[in-house]
Amino acid sequence: MPDVDRAGTGRIFREESGRVLATLIRVFGDIDLAEDAVQDAFAAALRTWPRDGLPPNPGGWITTTARNAAVDRLRRAARERELLGEVAALSPAPGDVGPPEEGEPVPDDRLRLIFTCCHPALSAEAQVALTLRLLCDMSTAEVADAFLVAEATMAQRLVRAKRKIKAARIPYRVPEEHQLPDRLPPVLAVVYLVYNAGLAEPPGAAGRGLCAEAVRLARMLADLMPDEPEVTGLLALLLLTESRRPSRTGPDGSLVLLADQDRSRWDRRMIEEGQDLVRRCLRGGRPGPYQLQAAVSAVHADAPTAAQTDWPQIAALYDHLLAVAPTPVVALNRAVAVGEVQGPAAALALVDELDLDAYCPYHATRADLLRRLGRDEEAAAAYERAAALAPTDAERDFLRRRGRTAR
Amino acid sequence: MTRYMLSVHSTAGEGRAPMSEEEMRQSHQRLGALEREMESAGAWVFSGRLHDPDTATVVRVSGGEVLTTDGPFAESKEHLGGFYVVEAEDLDAALAWAAKVTAAIRVPIEVRPFAGFADKPQPAPGS
Repeated sequence: MPDVDRAGTGRIFREESGRVLATLIRVFGDIDLAEDAVQDAFAAALRTWPRDGLPPNPGGWITTTARNAAVDRLRRAARERELLGEVAALSPAPGDVGPPEEGEPVPDDRLRLIFTCCHPALSAEAQVALTLRLLCDMSTAEVADAFLVAEATMAQRLVRAKRKIKAARIPYRVPEEHQLPDRLPPVLAVVYLVYNAGLAEPPGAAGRGLCAEAVRLARMLADLMPDEPEVTGLLALLLLTESRRPSRTGPDGSLVLLADQDRSRWDRRMIEEGQDLVRRCLRGGRPGPYQLQAAVSAVHADAPTAAQTDWPQIAALYDHLLAVAPTPVVALNRAVAVGEVQGPAAALALVDELDLDAYCPYHATRADLLRRLGRDEEAAAAYERAAALAPTDAERDFLRRRGRTAR
Repeated sequence: MTRYMLSVHSTAGEGRAPMSEEEMRQSHQRLGALEREMESAGAWVFSGRLHDPDTATVVRVSGGEVLTTDGPFAESKEHLGGFYVVEAEDLDAALAWAAKVTAAIRVPIEVRPFAGFADKPQPAPGS
């Protein structure tokens, strides 16, 4: 048996716990019990692995140990209620919840879990919080950080959501096809939010790997629902964005604009896969917001240099996007594309009509347009407004630097 | 199985234009058909329509004395107009019934699980 230390045990647990948790929730139908049982298994691993060495199949070991821990907990609770008979019938047969055999088509429990977490009976906030907690293995404290609320507040929100799942019997399953038009959008929105939360993480080992987690979730959804073009579109969008993520930051952690990125560092394999998916889903003739954003991203990926970007095509895609998703943020992005085609004055006229005063990119976009029009004082003021609203330190520094050169 | 209350809420002086007699008749017909559907699916437990809230009376204990007053209890514009109690496999199944009720009468339906009925048959009256 190979040796393993405390840190190694923790790492293996992080890789496996999401799947084990989802499986236990399916078997026992109780999120709290499943969470407690996975914690029990982690404690047991910390006790035994460093002493006895790593078991040959750690994933299977964790599943079995956690399942036994859950049964123990149920037995203890049942003894208190003198209902042992019922529980014996409830306990799964040994081997029932082991890791899936190779090649066996097993519906992913995590997929069921994400539909439970994103059930429309839960608030949008609770949907994201539960997904981060249960599917992305984030602690309550980390979820609270992502939402900028106190840990106690987040703990309460999670408890409330879990109580509702249990009391109201929110089902643990992938909805039927006729329900998907209602049930899918919140799931896609959550995966997209998880990805964006990942973009705001510090680069390197300090991050939680949320971007990769979101891509994994999107891939899982796309595998299960190959006929849903928006699912494919979301996966394409995430892959194309992910292909550029390492080039988004300089060696000092500062932000690098798309136009200034070193395109040789873009991940060609991800780009090819993303572009392939974009073509495939757009052929379906039902372009939704994710497909169109992915198409924009694919056009950027096509350009060998920033100057060779096909801006007229991007502007046309944004016209389309604004028609299916008429939000001020889409209008802002469309204005940027218009600016590249028709010049900054045309774009500024569009931007000035928008009501996005609290949105950092709005001021950053205005600032860039004003700078290009030679209105340097106004540009500097707009950069300052943008910097004050920046969500991360890297972005704030970036905007301040640009503001200084505009003066 | 879990029991859910599907409550029909209406807001005084808001929403629906008063129904014509013909519309009323059709709405009753749809509800009648829906109730038969619930029954044959084994989902129907109990249902009832309530008179207006100004027919309500409130009974409470105050200073050791039972006090009876003109109701309703909650002085609000929204009030309970009626309800269904259904038995359903899970929330989605209950929501599907609620969708049918709201399609028949066009007012929002609140779906809420009963506490204490999950996985347990209701004790028979008098047992």
